[in-house]
Amino acid sequence: MTPALLWTPLYEWHVAHGARMVDFAGWAMPLQYRSITEEHLATRRSCGIVDISHMGRLRFEGPGAEEFLAALLTRRIGEIKLGQIRYSLVTNEQGGILDDVLTGYYHNEMGQPFYLVVVNASNREKIVQWTHRHLPPERAGVRGKEVLWTDVTRLWAMFAIQGPNAVEVLQPLVDVDLDTMKYYNGALVRILHPAARRQGGIISRTGYTGEDGFELSVGAGIATGVWEAILEQGKPFGIVPTGLGARDTLRLEAGMPLYGHELGEDVDPFQAGLGYACYLTGVDFPGREALVRLQNEPVRWKRVGLELSGRRIARERSPVLAGDERVGWVTSGTFSPSLQRSIAMAYVRPDRAEPGTELSVDIRGRREPACVVKLPFYRRRSKGTTP
Amino acid sequence: MKPEELLYTTTHEWIHVATDPSGAKIGTVGISSFALEALTDLVFIELPQVGQRVQAGRRFGEIESVKAVSDLYSPVDGEIVAVNSAVAKDLEHLADDPYEKGWLIKVRITDESGLTKLMDYAAYQRQCEQEMKDA
Repeated sequence: MTPALLWTPLYEWHVAHGARMVDFAGWAMPLQYRSITEEHLATRRSCGIVDISHMGRLRFEGPGAEEFLAALLTRRIGEIKLGQIRYSLVTNEQGGILDDVLTGYYHNEMGQPFYLVVVNASNREKIVQWTHRHLPPERAGVRGKEVLWTDVTRLWAMFAIQGPNAVEVLQPLVDVDLDTMKYYNGALVRILHPAARRQGGIISRTGYTGEDGFELSVGAGIATGVWEAILEQGKPFGIVPTGLGARDTLRLEAGMPLYGHELGEDVDPFQAGLGYACYLTGVDFPGREALVRLQNEPVRWKRVGLELSGRRIARERSPVLAGDERVGWVTSGTFSPSLQRSIAMAYVRPDRAEPGTELSVDIRGRREPACVVKLPFYRRRSKGTTP
Repeated sequence: MKPEELLYTTTHEWIHVATDPSGAKIGTVGISSFALEALTDLVFIELPQVGQRVQAGRRFGEIESVKAVSDLYSPVDGEIVAVNSAVAKDLEHLADDPYEKGWLIKVRITDESGLTKLMDYAAYQRQCEQEMKDA
C-alpha cells in the first residue's frame, strides 16, 4: 500500500476546482486545473498563482542561529541583511548537492531576528535529518548560543504569485510597498483582507518562473481565504490558478535547475553552474574542502540548454550525442509554450558545451537534431523597456 | 461520427467501420475524447504511411503531450489506405474534434473477426469511469 499523501491547506479547494491531483514528493498537489500551456502563458502575460505549500520551511532563531546556519550553508550567512533573501546550497562532505535553498533574514513582531530556510519538498526530511546531525541537543543548548529551530512547513501555507501584473494584484492586500521591494528581498506584512482575520504573513520578491513576482506565506488556517482574496483581486487581470505542470515549464524556460533533475548528491555545484552560490573563504560548511579541490579541477560535465529542431520532447535521461558518440544526457525537457519549440536542459562534456554546437538527442531510438543554446531560454522584458 | 456508434480498444482508440463500393470493410481510427482530455497540451503526433500494414493491438504511431508520450495501437488487422496528415499540422483539430476532423488513419480491414474483441460505447464508458476512480 502506498503511504498516505500529505495535503496542503488548499487541498479541498484544488479538488473542488477540478485540479488533476498528483503525488509530488509525497504531497497531493495540483498538476494542472485545465491546460498546462494556458496556465503557463497566463503567468507570462499577466499573473498566475501556485500553491507551493509543499515547499519545506525551517525556521531558526536564537543567539546561535546565524553561526549554526553559517556552518551548514554555502553562503556567508552573516552577510544577509535584514529583509534579504539569498540562494545557497547544502552540500555533503564530498561537495555533492544535498539541496538548494533560499534563506531569508527577518525580524518578528517583537523585533527578534529569525532565519527562514526554504527547502525542496523532496528534500525536507533529508535536510531535517542533516540539521539534527549537525545540531545535536547538546549543541543547540549551549548557553549564549542557543538555537531554536522548527519545521513550520505544515503550519504555514505558501503561494507563488508570478507575472508582470503581480504587483498590481497583490498591492491592495498587503501593507508594504511592493513596487519598491527589491528582488530577493522580503518582509513581514499585514494582510489587508477580512479573510486573513488580522493575521500577518511573510512576502518576498522571489519566484521560480523567470517573471517578476512574489511568494507569500500565511497561516494554514487562513490559507484558503487569502488564496480566494488574491484570485478575486486578480480577476480584472485574468489571474489563473496554476498547477505544478506549468511551474515546471516556466522554470525550465527560465533555465532554473530543479533538484532531482539538474541537481543531486552526485552533482557538484560547478558542473551545475552554481559556483556563484558557494563561498569558499570565510566560511566552513560540510563539503567546503572538497569544493576548494573541485574548483581547481576541470569540470567533467556542464549544464547547458538545448533547442531541438523537431517538436518531440527530449525527456529526462535521453542520451545526448555528437555524431555517434555519447557526450551527455538530458535532465529535463519540455515543449516551450512561449517559444513554441522543444527545449531541454542537459549535462554535456565541456568540449561540446559551447552555444552553437550541433548535437542530437536520442529520443526513444530516433535521433533528433539539437543545438546548444545559452540559458535562459526565455528572458522577460525588464520594466521600463518598450517592447 | 457519433461516439455512441463507435467501437473502442482498451487503449482508447476508436474505430468506425463502413463498407466501400467494392465491398471492402474500411475502418476509420481515432482517439477518444476521454484520452485526449487526459493527455492535454498535445505537442506532437507521429502517423504511419499509406500502404503500411497494421495489426490489432500493435503500435502504429505515437502521440505526445507536455506530460507524456503514448503509443497508438491499431484496433484491427489491415492495410492503411489513408492518413489524416492535416491533424499532424494542427493538433487542435484533434483535441477539439476527435471524432470528425481528428480521425487519424483509415484501414482496409483484412480480418473482421478482430472487431468482436472491441468494446461498444457502453462498455468503454464503464472502463473510463473505472479509470477515473483509480486515478
